[in-house]
Amino acid sequence: MSQLEALRVLFGAAPQKPPVISPAARQVHSLKRMTKADFAALKQHAHDHQLVNHKWRNRRWLVLILVNLLFTFSFWLDIQMLEGSLTASRFVGFHLIDLNSALQVMLAHKHVIVNLFIGTVTVFVLWVALGGRSFCSWVCPYHLVAEWFEWLHLQLVAKKRVSDHEFHRGARSIFWLVFSLLALLSGYTVFETISPTGILSRALIYGPSLALGWVLVLLVFEVVYSRRAWCRYVCPIGLTYGIVGAVSPLRIEYRLENCFHEGDCRKVCLVPHVLDVVIKGRAAELREPIGPDCTRCGLCVDVCPSGALVFSVKGLDRLL
Amino acid sequence: MNQPGKDQSGVDLDPAAATNESAAPGGAKRSPAPVRRQANRRRFIRSAFLVGGVLGLAMLGYVPVASARKARLRPPGALEESDFLSSCIKCGQCVQVCPVAAIKLDDLDAGFGLGVPYIDARRQACDFSCDAVQCILACPTGSLTYKKPATLPTRPGMPLARAPVLKAKEKDAEPTLNLRERIGLARLARPETCLAVQGKGFRGQARGADFTGRLRYSAIDRWRPIAVREHPYERDICDLCVSECPIKDAIHLQETIGPDGQKHYRPQVLEQCVGCGVCEMICPLETAAIVVDQRAAWSAG
Repeated sequence: MSQLEALRVLFGAAPQKPPVISPAARQVHSLKRMTKADFAALKQHAHDHQLVNHKWRNRRWLVLILVNLLFTFSFWLDIQMLEGSLTASRFVGFHLIDLNSALQVMLAHKHVIVNLFIGTVTVFVLWVALGGRSFCSWVCPYHLVAEWFEWLHLQLVAKKRVSDHEFHRGARSIFWLVFSLLALLSGYTVFETISPTGILSRALIYGPSLALGWVLVLLVFEVVYSRRAWCRYVCPIGLTYGIVGAVSPLRIEYRLENCFHEGDCRKVCLVPHVLDVVIKGRAAELREPIGPDCTRCGLCVDVCPSGALVFSVKGLDRLL
Repeated sequence: MNQPGKDQSGVDLDPAAATNESAAPGGAKRSPAPVRRQANRRRFIRSAFLVGGVLGLAMLGYVPVASARKARLRPPGALEESDFLSSCIKCGQCVQVCPVAAIKLDDLDAGFGLGVPYIDARRQACDFSCDAVQCILACPTGSLTYKKPATLPTRPGMPLARAPVLKAKEKDAEPTLNLRERIGLARLARPETCLAVQGKGFRGQARGADFTGRLRYSAIDRWRPIAVREHPYERDICDLCVSECPIKDAIHLQETIGPDGQKHYRPQVLEQCVGCGVCEMICPLETAAIVVDQRAAWSAG
């Protein structure tokens, strides 16, 4: 997938079939087609020997909870490791500023002091190294809570009590643009007022607030009407980090040879459009990096019975 | 075999994808089935409602701000209110460094002020126990600042005539606070209730046994603020607002001899008042006689 195509999908366009499929990938595609009986047997074999695990999910939840607790305890116990909240903080004295909050403040205030600049650059470099939207799944407290409520939503869907309503993913790009313009023109950081990330992070550190009611409204909306609606269709923070993720070497890699095209990965994924490449016949190369909208959460890695999706660092295998 | 093109690709096409997306390159774009078209149209309308709904709710934040329903006292060094709201990143680092926990973060009912720090002086005023205005040092965005950039407006009567001297630091080599503008101004709002004006004294806990506010009493402990309730007073003429004011020459007890030959007292706020709110907090009346007007400027008259 070209970088341009990846960005197009990030901003909300539907993924397209690749214009050219490499000879090697073409061969794998056709081999899979020709040996159908054997293919089914292989698939069965993989399933029988599948290790059902939640390795990456558990690691991720642990990291997410520990990071947020570090904020909380830095204040409560006065250990001063990570002072502030997710919008802006200081890690043992070094300024860290959330990229989307920094954007909002810079546009609204139109004056950037040195500490704000340093903190923003530090966090930019950090998340380029760590995968961009990995901020969402590995740090954002709303992501975790929404994940728990998503389980409830899926239960209700299975019982046919509710159904999932999709929105156009382009809505998020519109939100990003409008909130940026609002900050620039009104001088208020409008998005920060409704950001569940900021609200939850502050509530965890400074105690509960009425604003948690808004977070609850969002969660109920996601349970009864649209699966993971905030993260999928609204949150401009996700888009900001998605753009960072476009240049990040850390991503999930798809391995065509290992794939049985069952689509389990797409069922668990927060952003299934990035996994369109796993559809039979779609992969243009034997190994395909998953696009920048991917939150690197690892649910697909956990669920894949045949190791077709793995964490990888671009250029690392060439280096080693 | 190696030529790109849908006729020779030799791969299974996902049927859903075939109707969903455009056809393979080279082929004419197939128009989606009517069912799909309707689904797309519904999704578009839903999405429009989502955008409108979320933005509409977000703009509700304007209401409390525009009506200025809650005028808040901001921490020391705060920019003018509109600049303050635009530059504050709502991280709460100022909250974390305050030794008397005077700084709180605002809630949803403050609209765009959500997560923005304020001081409720009556509950817990800023008494500069930190000696160095730590909240300003902690602020990552310059919302609280030692020195305002020249491009930002300064109202007359807001800059302090000279650096305020902190009583607790008076004997130090550097007795001043790095604070150039006031955050408000104290005002004797209800002189008729003021004990000093009535010629009355005060004995006991200034704010009762349940009051949790703290103050630094330098004579007792230079570094650790203690609860006000643990420091009872005994005054023949109540002068708590004057004696507990942390800033030198910010307030004094005016003494006049009336026509009847009696002495009359009245707290008088002076130009060095920074608006910290300690006088409002310590006033022992049910409703404080002296209050801090947030962002009020000094006028010579």
